[in-house]
Amino acid sequence: MRPTVTVYGSSIGQKIISAITGLFLCLFLVVHVSGNLLLFKGDEGKAFNEYVIANTNSLLIRSIEIVLFAGFLIHIFWGIRVWLFNRRARPLDYVENRPSENSSLPSRIMFITGMLVILFLVVHLRTFWIAMRFTGTGGLSDYELVQATFQSPLYDSFYIVCMAILAYHLRQGFQSAFQTLGLRPIWRRAIDWVAVIFWLIIPIGFAAMPVYFLIKGAS
Amino acid sequence: MELNSRIPAGPLVEKWDSHRFNLKLVNPANRRKYHIVVVGTGLAGASAAATLAELGYRVTSLCYHESPRRAHSIAAQGGINAPKNYANDGDSIYRLFYDTIKGGDYRSREANVYRLAQVSNNIIDQCVAQGVPLARDYGGLLDTRSFGGAQVSRTFYAQGQTGQQLLLGAYQALSRQIGMGNIVFYPRREMLDLVVIDGQARGIVVRNMINGQIESIACDAVILATGGYANVFFLSTNARMSNATAIWRAYKRGACFANPCFTQIHPTCIPVSSEHQSKLTLMSESLRNDGRIWVPMIKGDKRDPNLIPEVERDYYLERIYPSFGNLSPRDVSSRRAKEVCDAGFGVGPTGKAVYLDFRDTIQRNGREWIKEKYGNLFDMYRQITGENAYETPMRIYPALHYTMGGLWVDYNLMSTIPGLFVLGEANFSDHGANRLGASALMQGLADGYFIISYTIGDYFASNKFHKVDTSHEAFRTAEKELKSTIDRLLGIRGKRAVDDIHKDLGHIMWEYCGMARNAAGLKKALEAIPSLEEEFWRNVSVPGRTDDLNQELEKAQRLIDFLELGKLIAEDALHREESCGGHFREEHETEDNEAKRDDENFSYVAAWEYRGPGNPPKLNKESLNFEYLKPSQRSYK
Amino acid sequence: MHITLRIWRQTNPAGPGRLVTYELSDVTEDMSLLEVLDLLNLQLARNGEEPIAFDSDCREGICGSCGLQINGRPHGPLKGVASCQIHMRTFKENDTITIEPFRAKAFPVVKDLVIDRTAFDRIIQAGGFISVNTGGAPDANAIPIPKNTVDAAFEAAACISCGACVAACKNASAMLFVAAKVAHLGRLPQGEVERKERCLSMVAQMDAEKFGACSNTYACEAECPKEISVDNIAFLNRELLRAKVF
Repeated sequence: MRPTVTVYGSSIGQKIISAITGLFLCLFLVVHVSGNLLLFKGDEGKAFNEYVIANTNSLLIRSIEIVLFAGFLIHIFWGIRVWLFNRRARPLDYVENRPSENSSLPSRIMFITGMLVILFLVVHLRTFWIAMRFTGTGGLSDYELVQATFQSPLYDSFYIVCMAILAYHLRQGFQSAFQTLGLRPIWRRAIDWVAVIFWLIIPIGFAAMPVYFLIKGAS
Repeated sequence: MELNSRIPAGPLVEKWDSHRFNLKLVNPANRRKYHIVVVGTGLAGASAAATLAELGYRVTSLCYHESPRRAHSIAAQGGINAPKNYANDGDSIYRLFYDTIKGGDYRSREANVYRLAQVSNNIIDQCVAQGVPLARDYGGLLDTRSFGGAQVSRTFYAQGQTGQQLLLGAYQALSRQIGMGNIVFYPRREMLDLVVIDGQARGIVVRNMINGQIESIACDAVILATGGYANVFFLSTNARMSNATAIWRAYKRGACFANPCFTQIHPTCIPVSSEHQSKLTLMSESLRNDGRIWVPMIKGDKRDPNLIPEVERDYYLERIYPSFGNLSPRDVSSRRAKEVCDAGFGVGPTGKAVYLDFRDTIQRNGREWIKEKYGNLFDMYRQITGENAYETPMRIYPALHYTMGGLWVDYNLMSTIPGLFVLGEANFSDHGANRLGASALMQGLADGYFIISYTIGDYFASNKFHKVDTSHEAFRTAEKELKSTIDRLLGIRGKRAVDDIHKDLGHIMWEYCGMARNAAGLKKALEAIPSLEEEFWRNVSVPGRTDDLNQELEKAQRLIDFLELGKLIAEDALHREESCGGHFREEHETEDNEAKRDDENFSYVAAWEYRGPGNPPKLNKESLNFEYLKPSQRSYK
Repeated sequence: MHITLRIWRQTNPAGPGRLVTYELSDVTEDMSLLEVLDLLNLQLARNGEEPIAFDSDCREGICGSCGLQINGRPHGPLKGVASCQIHMRTFKENDTITIEPFRAKAFPVVKDLVIDRTAFDRIIQAGGFISVNTGGAPDANAIPIPKNTVDAAFEAAACISCGACVAACKNASAMLFVAAKVAHLGRLPQGEVERKERCLSMVAQMDAEKFGACSNTYACEAECPKEISVDNIAFLNRELLRAKVF
């Protein structure tokens, strides 16, 4: 009898795990960006502050947060695992290689964009989430913290660049997840359209925040 | 030597059935005791190895490729014949039998061909069950098309890749048995000798092409399914590695070689473009349905073909054969093309080509129509020549394509060496002097799936086998001889590469032993080849080592055999004082320049027997008896 | 025309190898690239030097023997052709052409440009077939199969097992090869019975051969000489899910 396959034992299974967690995180992005739209309400953060407090106090949200963390960890862990597995498959590289002739850049640099998104995540959590949830915002309201943080052009550039990287990651990642889950070709076109939300609209939504506060601060 | 064809008695339609009943059987439990080596993994070899392993025999399979799926059967384009009569157009086993015998110009055995026609229907069933995606119509049933030499639609196909798909079916069956441990498979092994002990084939000696080791395999029967020898002409449509070594070395161990001069030339190949050409590419014969063949009326006319007016074009096939025209049979079309080119009317840079022009059809039916029908062929033509055949006529020329001759086998597919069986193109059995289109795939699979599985059991059940292993003296001697030949080759250190000499041999063969042959030319060939052979052994350069992957050494080994085989082909062609099928002797033609058979004196199989180095081979004759079909002169006017 | 060739030479599997430069001046446009290698080899052999080892057989793009990384791409710059179908008119006077073997852990180099792709055979041996013994088949027309089903199966079955998909993939993944066979047999009614088993066994063997995982870059489809679609990979993924989960 030959060795048999388990879902996480096989290379395809590992990709399936990455795909499912990836799509779960995409869902989170939708929730996250929608909540953040409250920043643009023009009420000096009233609605946003209430939203943050409500989230903090909701047991449901706190539980989902744990699942979300787990999602991030699994996605990252499996991403690294697959990357290591894949690196072993070609120990000696070509002297001359022109991958740009046969594949898109985002598809080839998923690991790099993924790593950069982790870097962003650490900074981002430290700046906002840890402050809002644990260490305290130094007397500022949550809205004021956001506003103050985005006054720094340096931080803003970092943030916008990171959103571009996230966009790159999702440009490949979203449709790739469906391919991994075995999407039938007739749905591909539809998925490509939905993907625009994730690799274009959501990153723009996030990137709009620093721009908004920068302009707001200047005026 | 007495040639016993073992053709069973009785009426034609019952021969195979009664023969199968009379064959002795091997008890399923005893089959494990017999070890069979199958050399080659094309259609015949892969199907035989898989089928015998399914029956329970111990099978060793090997090939010189890296993978069994790379055998040259893979390149067959057109299709495979079977008289299923799905088209309801009056086809029958008897009609396929008739077409094949007639197409072979009455130089094949009635009993064999009838059996081939009988089992061909089972092949289609078998392949479909294996998952071969043969073409279907919109109702979901199998589609067929018509092919040369037949008036019915009986050719099953998978686009232009029928050979590939059928081979993959056989390869998958073979792989299944390898995976189950019933077949031991060795890739990159080239058979260099056959070991005969006490008059029985008991093993082979191979070279491991990766590390150069000479390895022996002992067994109870050997099956050769090693393909044809068209590469003796250097340029042919065969794959580069296709060679005669396995059958030739079996010949030198006592297997008779039958009808070596029966070689087939295919009329529609892309012409040779330079002296560096490494092989020729076939363009499907179906193009002749819609293309018109012509040459300019003025010798050496170098004008752009589109500028040559209608009145200055010679549509020579339509002129000579008003009823068949551009669809005249392969041998006839090829010879006429050679004639016009030899007379100086040929076109293209080398003058060795004729035009195949689609202008009129494009004007009549439009470019899209042609594209739909032949698009992939036009693309292929463009890739190779860089020319657009929609706008300028294709240039074509005949090329060596298939060899009907091969090792002589009896009705059981056994050679004159007991225990040595030969299948597929490597044997001579079913195509006579000319093979019809879509019949090669049929024969390879018939031999492998449905014939050898019965007949080999009879051989085991009827004979006693002493235990033999590779420590036997015969293996030691064969290994030693091979090693010394290899050392000798490497030690020559001459000035000419193997391919230089092979190309010279190809020129001799093509010039004197190609499409049209005559006694004077054949005698010239018989003088030229030995002196080339002498030059080979004096001046060839085989660099590299013995204990390493050494492709020059592989080629040199094969060329040794091609040089010897070339002589036998010329010898056979010289002795056969008639024209039939692919063998055309200029001295023997009708008033209309057609092949003139001599049934009185040459209705036999010429089986040549090796009698040691320096001695001329002995000619044995197996006479052909036609009980059911009356040999007649072919005419296509 | 004059051409500079940079060719990977490696004497044994353990390596190391290196690119060696050769100059050739009597090249003509209508030669194929492999004929240029033949020409170079003739010159080397006449001088008693060891020719470049490379695999090639049918030279019409169907046997799958030739697999060369030409100027940084599997089978070179043209779409939908194998290495043997690249002709010199694709290149310009004084071009430099770099030729390397396909590289993957599962495809060890044997010598120079010759690699060992028997891993593919072992994957087929693990389950890439329909278990039918010779003789027991029903009439070929017993099961009607819709034309588009057969056509889709045929397109997947057109794979020539050259390994360009692995060579092109940044992960040296064999997914397109495996998917093509799983899709060929899995789409047909004849293959239905073993559908689950086949997919699982072939994937297990694919992983055991140390091919990488699929990142959906689709480089395989772009470089496949038979232009086999990555839709087959989605099919394979679906089959695995079906076999394991549903």
